[in-house]
Amino acid sequence: MGGFNWQQLWEIASAPDNVPIVALLFLAPFYTWYAFHQARENDRLIDQLEADPKLAKTHHRKTFPWRPGWLKEIHTWPYLMRMELLVAIIVTVILTVWSLTLNAPLEELSNPNLTMNPAKAPWYFLGLQEMLVYFDPWIAGVLMPTLIIVGLMVIPYIDENPLGSGYYTLKQRKFAIATFCFGFMVLWLVMVFIGTFIRGPGWMWFWPGQTWDPGRVVFEPNRDLPDLFGVSSMPVKIVFGAIVMALYVAVVGYGLHKLITRAGFNKKIYERMSVIQYVVMQTFLVVMLLLPIKILIRLLFRIKYIWITPWFNV
Amino acid sequence: MADQVSTTPEPKDEPPKLDKIRQGLKAFSDKAKEDIEALKKPEKTPLYKSMFRVKHDESERSRALSVLTNVFFHLHPAKVNRDAVRYGYTWGMGGITFYLFIVLTFTGVLLMFYYHPSKGQAYRDIVYLMNDVPFGRLLRNMHRWAAHLMVIAVWLHMFRVFLTGSYKRPREFNWCVGVVLLVFTLLLSFTGYLLPDDQLGFWAVTVGTNMARATPLLGHEGPFGPQLGMTPYNDVRFALLGGSIVDANALLRAYIWHCLAIPIIVSLLLGVHFWRVRKDGGISGPAPVQLESEIKPIRKI
Repeated sequence: MGGFNWQQLWEIASAPDNVPIVALLFLAPFYTWYAFHQARENDRLIDQLEADPKLAKTHHRKTFPWRPGWLKEIHTWPYLMRMELLVAIIVTVILTVWSLTLNAPLEELSNPNLTMNPAKAPWYFLGLQEMLVYFDPWIAGVLMPTLIIVGLMVIPYIDENPLGSGYYTLKQRKFAIATFCFGFMVLWLVMVFIGTFIRGPGWMWFWPGQTWDPGRVVFEPNRDLPDLFGVSSMPVKIVFGAIVMALYVAVVGYGLHKLITRAGFNKKIYERMSVIQYVVMQTFLVVMLLLPIKILIRLLFRIKYIWITPWFNV
Repeated sequence: MADQVSTTPEPKDEPPKLDKIRQGLKAFSDKAKEDIEALKKPEKTPLYKSMFRVKHDESERSRALSVLTNVFFHLHPAKVNRDAVRYGYTWGMGGITFYLFIVLTFTGVLLMFYYHPSKGQAYRDIVYLMNDVPFGRLLRNMHRWAAHLMVIAVWLHMFRVFLTGSYKRPREFNWCVGVVLLVFTLLLSFTGYLLPDDQLGFWAVTVGTNMARATPLLGHEGPFGPQLGMTPYNDVRFALLGGSIVDANALLRAYIWHCLAIPIIVSLLLGVHFWRVRKDGGISGPAPVQLESEIKPIRKI
């Protein structure tokens, strides 16, 4: 194993195309904190107003200063446009300094006969590339991206919670925010970080500081779930996998249903949802959770496939 | 004018012709002085008036009109929520994204002057750009880093819009337009990755497009693809690359998608996105907080 390879870590972190990811390592937590900080302030105000209906009638309902007589709206020119100008100038300065100090990478002329090892997609697609470890390409490369796009688009149509529109809050939208943060932070950004910092030659797992050794041989016997249960004939495998998948959908769907209908407020929102909205939401949540579960059973138990058929494997 | 008329009939010592010229010159210079004096107030000139059409002063009306009568500014409403200008609410990420798109268009057009999308020449063009073209290296760096920044800004914009619940009624559809714009931002960046024709871009695009092989039904390695007659020479990956490997045709296709097709699509969608922000009631907040006790029962259709 050797000592901690700082130089290797520095080489990865300072590779010009990886700078955005290093920046995100700071930007994502910062903006999360920034949003949650404002959300907590609003939540305190909400608590105060819920407890005091009289105050709720007269309060301007924002955490910002307010005095009677102040205008509710201000002129775009100059108040908004000077902010825009300022932001544009700051972005220009950052971009110029960045461009003066760091050169865009240019490798050797492309050569189909000389494979890059590791051959990595652009950093923003590394999450999808990392997914290839856990799913077959048609799921990781085609089905999952489609589901992510469609899943994002259905959010406004399944979120029947009327609260929290136009202000930061945590307590009024716990479930929605927890789900989105899990999807964005854990399933997308962390996967990008793994793809950047952890995956080395041969897409093997190297801890940060571990030297990337292209000659490393890893003995990782990948097993399929049916093998563990001694199922060997194909028709039985198909049925076995289908049963396990059906069990997964039933268990996770039921668990989510219990979670959603347990607390008082979530139940209220659940009752506002139509059957179609609820089924669509459940479908996306169940599929989304398949990803971390497959990651865990792959990394912990070395299980590759759950469901094996002659046409596709899951 | 009156004294000019009175002085002309009495030329004593000087010949009348010379005097006439002198007077003519004086009248000309007076007029010129007047004109120059008028230029000190450029907003009064016909040229300025023809361009801006409305008077600008400190009045409320003038401030509103300065936004409403300008094609670029009128994307904004004349007035905004007093708290909407706080950085903490929007983080400025939508605006930054749009600004970076403009920067990318500008630097991108300049880059196009130095670039031929043909195998062999493309890589030489980049080397030439980086080593011989004045400010070429800066130009390329700016384009690259602005593209990366734009991806980050788009993600953070989406994150902010989600956390403020800004996708909720009546802004549902604009969220969907935004998701499509997000996808096109990634595709813009991805198609640009191949253009230097170096090892980095080549293998990134090879890895990326190899996934298309596995498209269900339409890829030759995807479920039910072979059964439908898909081969490496007629499947969806072939359509993307213009061939079965990443080569000259793929370079040309990436170039056209990157420089022409996607920017046009994105520009159109940006128009829709901004227009819908206005039509859906402007920016969503910061709005007054709502209380759980005030939820109204849902209306059934």
